[in-house]
Amino acid sequence: MAARKAPEKSNVSKDDLLKYYREMLLIRRFEEKAGQLYGMGLIGGFCHLYIGQEAVVVGLEACTKDGDKRLTSYRDHGHMLACGMNANGVMAELTGREGGYSKGKGGSMHMFSKEKHFYGGHGIVGAQVPLGAGLAMSDWYRGNDNVTFTYFGDGAANQGQVYESYNMAELWKLPVIFVIENNGYAMGTSMKRSTKSVSFFGRGAAYGIQGEQVDGMDVLAVKAAGEKAVAHCRAGKGPYILEMMTYRYRGHSMSDPAKYRTREEVEKIKQEKDCIEHVRDLLTQGGLASEDELKAIDKDIKDIVNASAEFAKDSPEPALSELWTDIYA
Amino acid sequence: MARMTMIEALRSAMDVKLADDPSVIVFGEDVGYFGGVFRCTAGLQAAYGEERVFDTPINESAIVGMAVGMAAQGMRPCVEIQFADYVFPAYDQISQEAARLRHRSNGQFTCPLVVRMPTGGGIFGGQTHSQSPEALFTHVAGLKVVIPSNPYDAKGLLIAAIEDPDPVIFLEPKRLYNGPFNGDHSGKSTPWSAHPAGEVPEGHYAIPLGKAELRRAGRDVTVLAYGTMVHVAEAAVAEAGVDAEIIDLRSLLPLDLDTIRASVEKTGRCVVVHEATRTSGFGGELIAEVQEACFWHLRAPLIRIAGWDAPYPHAQEWDYFPSPARIARALRKVMEE
Repeated sequence: MAARKAPEKSNVSKDDLLKYYREMLLIRRFEEKAGQLYGMGLIGGFCHLYIGQEAVVVGLEACTKDGDKRLTSYRDHGHMLACGMNANGVMAELTGREGGYSKGKGGSMHMFSKEKHFYGGHGIVGAQVPLGAGLAMSDWYRGNDNVTFTYFGDGAANQGQVYESYNMAELWKLPVIFVIENNGYAMGTSMKRSTKSVSFFGRGAAYGIQGEQVDGMDVLAVKAAGEKAVAHCRAGKGPYILEMMTYRYRGHSMSDPAKYRTREEVEKIKQEKDCIEHVRDLLTQGGLASEDELKAIDKDIKDIVNASAEFAKDSPEPALSELWTDIYA
Repeated sequence: MARMTMIEALRSAMDVKLADDPSVIVFGEDVGYFGGVFRCTAGLQAAYGEERVFDTPINESAIVGMAVGMAAQGMRPCVEIQFADYVFPAYDQISQEAARLRHRSNGQFTCPLVVRMPTGGGIFGGQTHSQSPEALFTHVAGLKVVIPSNPYDAKGLLIAAIEDPDPVIFLEPKRLYNGPFNGDHSGKSTPWSAHPAGEVPEGHYAIPLGKAELRRAGRDVTVLAYGTMVHVAEAAVAEAGVDAEIIDLRSLLPLDLDTIRASVEKTGRCVVVHEATRTSGFGGELIAEVQEACFWHLRAPLIRIAGWDAPYPHAQEWDYFPSPARIARALRKVMEE
């Protein structure tokens, strides 16, 4: 197995690198904890972990400003943590408790935060894509320069609604960034078994939408591409497509035996491409941070995640009356 | 007072709301420049501009999906699906996004959205331009479902729907757009200008959702109907010569069970009428509700008259469409008990 390549020298500041390191590590440790709680029976139903893909959402969140919006599919825990939602509230939603962001009404796939402009995890593959275009349309209508990050996977990228949205978004020059998180597998179906095109971003050309493929395992590459896309949208030039080439280490959901790929394939990516190790190397090999500094961050993250697990275990079950609240005004 | 067709009344409702609320926008296929396939939005783009009244590509799913995104940000989209038969690609967005956004976000986001669509038969539209899909929407918690039977109600209900904080499916009986229809397809059609409910105020008024309207008071049997069938039921009652009470439901969800209960407790008999296919139609729900609420007052088994369990026909439309004669037979039958 090939060793990790030495990182190229970066001119990114220490503070920024530490921020990315911290945010990606929070997602990874949070997801590992969620996996444990699932194994213990504290989380039921569906649980789709983001482990491996952290650089995508952390790099893009670094390009946002207040009022920007984001929404995604059911693999949504990372997006929520990255936009600043509280780990306790996310974990307690996973355990279906009163303290969860949706008071247990949503569960893993369906959480929202008005405060953080997070318009949801959505459980239906591709259904969030026109919603994202609609959010962008309201910003356009109100005349501000906010953008909407509409995330979806390579599986969703074959849904018809996506292309309906592309056409409308370009027709009306809507400030929406379509972020395709291409982790190579639509559940258990690899891209080569489902998709004739060699890329997904290239399909935007049919609608006149600019886009590019990005190394989604490299947070700096993600950030650079994100800045370009955001500038395009804020300037009123319409939508932009970012195809993030990424990889999920865990199964599609907790019940996935992952027979559709080899262990070697997964190990090779972990060894050569891991997004957290990449930033760790930049920090340590560049002499920007000591092991002790990073250990202090690791401990801090561990404390946050452990506290969220405790909170999610201790938070009470929602009252039965919640079954009947928030159905109508 | 002005006299309006249902088309003009609906247009007037959108006009009133576009004028008094900048968050209201109107869009759909052919809605802007062309003014809508049935002309419901004619002139609105000229009056309010292309940013507020506009055409979309033929993409029902994304039309509703975008509207959900806009509504989640506090706008009030009123979108048109050109025929109710075209709504199926958007069913996912309506039932799983619009209807449930409020609940699954614990009330953080809401969806004040209206989806208008012409519904029902009577115009020789065949399988894909005649259907009545109301039961697909009444089956979804989080939606409201409205169907007017005349211009006055159409305007007041549409204004209420646009002002409602929740998603409303607004079904417009297309056979009633230009005049009431009593089921006599060979007779001369009457215009709304000759009907009292064609008198429509110019300005703002709202009819609360969830309130039925008594169309005819009677002692012997309650007829529950909505949309075009209200007028067909009136003809049937005259033909059967029974003293029937006709209730125009107007809102199917929420349902005005109080009005229904009060009537059936008085008459002890009930006939339910709709155009939609009989099996699993909304009539089944009405009969279940009446049975649960009024069982000890009933003097006869409940009867429903509905479209047959067949694809909506073309040539045989008038064999399929519930006729005054079929409804009259049902009325006589319940009176035998």
